[in-house]
Amino acid sequence: MITVIRKNSAKNSSRNSAKDSAKDAGKDGPEAGGDVRLSGISKTYGSFTAVRPLDLTVPQGSFFALLGASGCGKTTTLRMIAGLEEPSSGTVSLGEQDVTDLPPYRRPVNTVFQSYALFPHLDIFENVAFGLRRRGIKSVKKQVGEMLDLVQLGEQARKKPHQLSGGQQQRVAVARALINTPRVLLLDEPLGALDLKLRRQMQLELKRIQTEVGITFIHVTHDQEEAMTMADTVAVMNAGRVEQLGPPADLYENPRTTFVANFLGTSNLIEAEVDSRSGDEIVLTAGDCKLVLPRARCSGPTASGGRVLVGVRPEKTSLTHADEAGGIPAGRNRVTGTIADSSFLGVSTQYVVDSPVCPEFEVYVQNIDRDPRLVPGAEVVLHWSPAHTFGLDAAQDIDAGTGTVGPDEGMAA
Amino acid sequence: MTFLRSLSRRLKRRLVVIAGLLTLGYLLLPNIVVTVFSFNDPKGRFNYEWQRFSTDAWTDPCGVAGLCGSLSLSLQLAAWATLGATVLGTMTAFALVRYRFRARGAVNSLIFLPMAMPEVVMAASLLTLFLNLGAELGFRTILIAHVVFCLSFVVTAVKARVMSMDPRLEQAAQDLYAGPLQTFLRVTLPIAAPGIAAGALLAFALSFDDFIITNFTAGSTVTFPMFVWGSAQRGTPVQINVVGTAVFLVAVLCVLAAMVMGNRRNRRRAS
Ligand SMILES: Nc1ncnc2c1ncn2[C@@H]1O[C@H](COP(=O)(O)OP(=O)(O)OP(=O)(O)O)[C@@H](O)[C@H]1O
Ligand SMILES: [Mg+2]
Repeated sequence: MITVIRKNSAKNSSRNSAKDSAKDAGKDGPEAGGDVRLSGISKTYGSFTAVRPLDLTVPQGSFFALLGASGCGKTTTLRMIAGLEEPSSGTVSLGEQDVTDLPPYRRPVNTVFQSYALFPHLDIFENVAFGLRRRGIKSVKKQVGEMLDLVQLGEQARKKPHQLSGGQQQRVAVARALINTPRVLLLDEPLGALDLKLRRQMQLELKRIQTEVGITFIHVTHDQEEAMTMADTVAVMNAGRVEQLGPPADLYENPRTTFVANFLGTSNLIEAEVDSRSGDEIVLTAGDCKLVLPRARCSGPTASGGRVLVGVRPEKTSLTHADEAGGIPAGRNRVTGTIADSSFLGVSTQYVVDSPVCPEFEVYVQNIDRDPRLVPGAEVVLHWSPAHTFGLDAAQDIDAGTGTVGPDEGMAA
Repeated sequence: MTFLRSLSRRLKRRLVVIAGLLTLGYLLLPNIVVTVFSFNDPKGRFNYEWQRFSTDAWTDPCGVAGLCGSLSLSLQLAAWATLGATVLGTMTAFALVRYRFRARGAVNSLIFLPMAMPEVVMAASLLTLFLNLGAELGFRTILIAHVVFCLSFVVTAVKARVMSMDPRLEQAAQDLYAGPLQTFLRVTLPIAAPGIAAGALLAFALSFDDFIITNFTAGSTVTFPMFVWGSAQRGTPVQINVVGTAVFLVAVLCVLAAMVMGNRRNRRRAS
């Protein structure tokens, strides 16, 4: 009994200071106190490794997205930050404080659960007020009302969770965590059940709150578009490991693994061999094609004879009918092939080209002047600027990351 | 033809209602008889034939020697047994669902033994146990015996509820700054409450009207069921019907109160 009381009072004091610092951060700009630092953190269940030893720093006040296929350990990572799962190794720090051994109720962190986890015996109002009440705040009515209005559930305040739709429940879950203005908010696919319009609206709302209050958001999602549009930093996870981390555009333009190249949008990968080096560029051969690649953009071997996967994004490639191949400016990378399939997407047309060096080369062509000869069966030349080319180590599985998410039209258009 | 068909359709639609009313009548008939005969003024010592209306028994329920004493004893027994069985049973149920310990499988099946075992066998074994321990038969031995057989019912009721409860709810509470005690009081207990209440009600009812096990372990103590049994040999006082009717009424009132409260809460929420 006594220990419980002592813990609670300690919790209250740490809570208040956390709340204050979160507010200060919003006013006075970022402070070092709110960085989330994971050092060598891992989780194993029996002999199964859900999260491999992981080092990650999320700066105070940033919007961090964790992107990855189902079952790659995203939820497990979040749960370790929240304190709901004990790491098998490594530590979690918030700012200067090592919180690895702190129970969840003493961490200035709130979670939006993937399964919502709303309290079935409490109405929506009380669900949202739960965190405030536990911290001994008496007058919660105004705050809860504002929060419910924010997620457009003001009318439903006195309903029980089971009387709401899935999307409404999800918004309650977001409101229940957000109202506490924690130092770090963990969001486990918080918008998954919403329709497109509401999802966009909530994305904007979350982003606005995040910038206004200066809360650090760690946002788990399946939706690469959501990750790219909302986050300052995206980490792509695969099989319990962070494959690559960086600003969304950087990740998209310079993938360093085939998984990232295929998981974020679509990439055309060509198996090639390093032929020679000339200055800042590498010259490679694939079949009878000669391809040029800036050395700085190659994460694979650069010595001659090394095997490299040459990659280019579909929207950076141009398509020219073979009859006009002479008009293609010199110095561009070229690949020949025949159109296997074309689909009209409105803004652009997607072509799948069968080439000897890449069986399913995808290209998006803006629908400005449509060439009537570009129909399935036509001989074409694909060409792109060497500057838009990236190189990956060919030792990896060329198909890693495909199939989990199809080609993303929104990104290509 | 159409008439017949419409009649049969109407019958079919009403079938559930008719069956329900018949079952209800079947269930209520004994209670009605007991109630009616509580207003009887029997000629002899047996209250089996209707004579004439009288409220004597209702105005003097304790008029029969030993009745009110045994009734109060039974109520006390039931209250304590319910308390003991509910507390122990709830804790056992939580332990069985939440924790992995070595004897878990064994406990899980052993807890059903009192339910499965013939009551006489259990009564006899308990008596043997008490005699061997040199325990003085009486209130305490009855209470111990009652807790034993009520326990398995409480465990079953609470376990079902706890098993269907998402452990992430408690994690969510912890995430929202509720310490272990707060989490238990604000989330775990309220969600498990219907199961615990069902278990407690069952325990009370079982303990209050238990005869066989009580008879074996009571020594010279007389509980209400034992009093009824004993007096049935010599004659049945009308007061027994009064007590029976009163118990029935209290139960009905409890159910009605729960319903009214539930309705009012729903209406308040809807408005
Ligand atoms: N309690 C557990 N016991 C055993 N294995 C577990 C447990 N929890 C998670 N796992 C395993 O750990 C892996 C990672 O799980 P996690 O929930 O973190 O995935 P996720 O990336 O969140 O996936 P999703 O996108 O589908 O939610 C999965 O393969 C899962 O089967
Ligand atoms: Mg998950």
